[in-house]
Amino acid sequence: MADTVQDNATQQNGTLLGADELVLNMGPQHPSTHGVLRVKLKLDGERVRGTECVIGYLHRGVEKIAENRSYQQFAPYVDRMDYVAAVSNGLGYCEAVEKLLNVEAPPRAKVIRTILTELQRIASHLIWLGTHALDIGALTPLFYCFREREEILKIFEKYCGARLTTHAFRIGGLQYESYDSFEKDVERFCKDFERHIQEYVDLLTGNSIWIGRTRNVGVLNAADCIAIGASGPILRASGVKWDLRKAQPYAAYDQYKFEIPTGTNGDTYDRYMVRMEEMRQSRLICLQAIENIPEGPILGKVGKVLKPPAGEIYHSIEAPKGILGYYIVSDGGTQPYRVRIRPPSFVNLQALDKMTRGHLVADVVAIIGTLDIVLGEVDR
Amino acid sequence: MLDSILFYFFAGVAVLSAALMVTRRNAMHCAVFLITTLLATAGIFLQLRAEFLFIAQIILYVGGIMVLFIFVIMLVRLDVPIHQMRFRLQKWVAVFVALALGFEITTILLFARKLPGQGLFIQESFPADKLPPNSEALAQSLFSGYLLPFEIASVLLLVAMVGAVVMAKKKERTDES
Amino acid sequence: MNPTAQAILHFLLTWWVEIVCGVVIVAVLPLVAGYVVLVERKLMADMQARLGPMRVGPHGLLQPIADAVKLLIKEDIVPRDADGLIFWFAPVISMVAAMTSMGALAFGPTFQVARDINIGILFVVGVSSLGFLGIILGGWASNSHYSIIGAIRSTAQLVSYETAGGLAIVSALLLSGTLKIRAIVDAQYDHHVWFGFLAPVAFFTYLVASIAETNRAPFDLPEAESELVAGYMTEYSGFRWALYFLGEYANMIVVGSVATTLFLGGWLRPFPSVHWLDKPLGVLPALLIGGVGVYSIYRAGKQPVPIQTWFMWAVALACFAVAGIFAAPWVFAPLKFIIPGLNGAFWFLLKVGAYIYVFMWLRFTLPRYRFDQLMHLGWYILIPLAIVNVFAVGVALLLESEFGWNRWLALIVTTAFTLAIALFLVRLHDKRTTAGSSATAATTDSYAG
Repeated sequence: MADTVQDNATQQNGTLLGADELVLNMGPQHPSTHGVLRVKLKLDGERVRGTECVIGYLHRGVEKIAENRSYQQFAPYVDRMDYVAAVSNGLGYCEAVEKLLNVEAPPRAKVIRTILTELQRIASHLIWLGTHALDIGALTPLFYCFREREEILKIFEKYCGARLTTHAFRIGGLQYESYDSFEKDVERFCKDFERHIQEYVDLLTGNSIWIGRTRNVGVLNAADCIAIGASGPILRASGVKWDLRKAQPYAAYDQYKFEIPTGTNGDTYDRYMVRMEEMRQSRLICLQAIENIPEGPILGKVGKVLKPPAGEIYHSIEAPKGILGYYIVSDGGTQPYRVRIRPPSFVNLQALDKMTRGHLVADVVAIIGTLDIVLGEVDR
Repeated sequence: MLDSILFYFFAGVAVLSAALMVTRRNAMHCAVFLITTLLATAGIFLQLRAEFLFIAQIILYVGGIMVLFIFVIMLVRLDVPIHQMRFRLQKWVAVFVALALGFEITTILLFARKLPGQGLFIQESFPADKLPPNSEALAQSLFSGYLLPFEIASVLLLVAMVGAVVMAKKKERTDES
Repeated sequence: MNPTAQAILHFLLTWWVEIVCGVVIVAVLPLVAGYVVLVERKLMADMQARLGPMRVGPHGLLQPIADAVKLLIKEDIVPRDADGLIFWFAPVISMVAAMTSMGALAFGPTFQVARDINIGILFVVGVSSLGFLGIILGGWASNSHYSIIGAIRSTAQLVSYETAGGLAIVSALLLSGTLKIRAIVDAQYDHHVWFGFLAPVAFFTYLVASIAETNRAPFDLPEAESELVAGYMTEYSGFRWALYFLGEYANMIVVGSVATTLFLGGWLRPFPSVHWLDKPLGVLPALLIGGVGVYSIYRAGKQPVPIQTWFMWAVALACFAVAGIFAAPWVFAPLKFIIPGLNGAFWFLLKVGAYIYVFMWLRFTLPRYRFDQLMHLGWYILIPLAIVNVFAVGVALLLESEFGWNRWLALIVTTAFTLAIALFLVRLHDKRTTAGSSATAATTDSYAG
């Protein structure tokens, strides 16, 4: 279809609020687009007839940069993609390069990696919950979520010195040994967290206004999810029980018992329930993991200079937002020939058009929130 | 004396607003000046101790009818009628009619009670505070003596409301995917 | 002396109380509204596990003044194509409507500007509804498509909920039999009970309707920050915006006062006709304010900076002075005549404060209604409920007067009937929302077109 959209609202047939199609531009500067996302809404009165996303405002050429950095030098860059869940990005990348090098991280490193990644999953979901609730109008959960996230970030800071862009893992394992009170901190956080989750549930889950704003809003059925390639809580809320932690276990996930929550309708409410349950399950994984962290080395047998043999590898993990994949092509040198990142938010964002069709303008904000996108990941 | 000051204030505002209202070019300005005219008239009612009439004027006229006028002015683009042909002599006809009406009213008022059987008979009015309470008297007569016309008027308003809603309702659309 | 001066003197002597009350309202209202904003921010912070304004003055007590000064010295931006006259006029209407409607309210048995006006409550409701004009004209004058949409939505919401609120007021008026504000409170004294207990459904309906009327959450979609349509206040900056904001908070005080007068007993203390509670509940205001003073002294010891300590001591002294004024009549017998006025004002303001506290509490707890859900709630649930309630209260009064039923029994029976209707309406509402919106969940072929 030729590009017939205009950039500003148009007036039609003599009335100020025309009954014909109106194009409304949302963003890139907007409090609710969770980053620099530009959304062009084609409206018919109040109803959305279609959506067009314009992305690229945060493109930094990360994949091109990778071609000019050594494997270890590139590791901090991946943190900046999904800057809300940096540890997961690092995990995916390190594991991908380890696969290319054909080394395995020692068991102790794997367990600590798992704990930190699950804490990061909780932290990422907390941001999602706070901002999503804020978009729908509940002012308070944001502050409660950030209070909990603060505890997690304190643990990260004690562990590796950084709160947000952590660069916590190294290729082959970990650089830093866990600090003395690591298990105690994690255990204390997990024990408190159950009470806090209950706070969020009390505020939102049974609230009829919340249900009214999220039930049957942004429905995406399973067939569409799979056709688009959506993954993560979006896929699971539509009823497809697919989680890479169970389907293709990595790190230490095969050692722990946890459930994969799924929904039925694929609407915003189901995605909300799935993510809340995921937070609970992450907490259980952490509690199981800290009981039994094996002793041993934290870094596998990797040299100072990494020269993986020529070849290619694709490795994906279950990041908090969906399936995060790294496709790395090596030509035998110290710098990768090509790094292609499959960000979950980029693929999930394609669902926006389908999810917003037929809804009111006020729902668009809720739907963007429920997709849980981070523009750093979408644009790289 | 307080009474006259108040009266002249309200009357002055009413006359000035009315004059401004008919001379403005911008439709929204006209609506705003009509609002001030109505408010000033309501003030005069209040001064005459007709409190219920005052509040009815405010709630119904200003709060209802003027809001409706303003909505219509906002939602309908007025360029189209403005560019249409107008009756050219409108201004002079209006001036003539206004002068004739003014002359008639002045005559009637001047000769009030002067010529037997002619002119407007203006009764001696009670001092305002000796009047019976306004709202109670209105309520008494409306709900006892004039109950049937009241009910008929209510049903009429209901019918009008329902009719307006039915006529303005959009046809149900079928969603195409 | 000449007759003009005599007339003026006579006027002043007869009306001096009303003039003083009017001047107090006009002078004090912006300050009070500013401090209500501060209270809201502190309360919001407390419910969100943080502190709120702390820097400007001890515990942020000078924040409203700083905000007012900032807004006054801000650049006055008028959009190029905006309608100058109306752009200027609109916020003024909002503020003035709220202030004028306060004229008829009685903040105590002696504090009232429009004394004994025949149409008391109707005056307040009618004049405060003039504030809608300020919203529409403000949206229009900004000459921005989205401001107009926001203004129209806001007005539609206000008008719908004003109907429901008005009908709820009618229920209470049936119980009191008069529109005069004094007489309504006196009727509650005669019935020995607040009308909020006699007509709880009406009270609840009025609570919900007044939240929607003042554009507060959960009904604040027209002015929500995260929505596309930014609302009628977008183009207003500096002190014009402050006027709108003050008008909104003044409106909150007005609806709180109306609810207090009609449903919460106005200036009557709890249990107004239980005479042995006269003394204990009579000295309670002085004790409460004195308690606040003592707490200030306690907090003064914990301030980090000397100037904040002195400020807390000043606050404590002010509290003790006010408590002294409240306690003085109990000590000096000749001053006994000020007890009803002073204590009445205290209880009235306490009740209005509690009502506004509920507003704020709901704002921080509940998410926002979408506009169509909001209108659905108003027209499909609240208005039918209010109509049924008027009918129910009327039937209860009829049963009492014609058939000799006990008033309480009649009211309980009819309230139960109204609640049954309310449940039925809510059930209907739930069925409609789950049925109607699942129509969009059809499977689609994502590769087609």
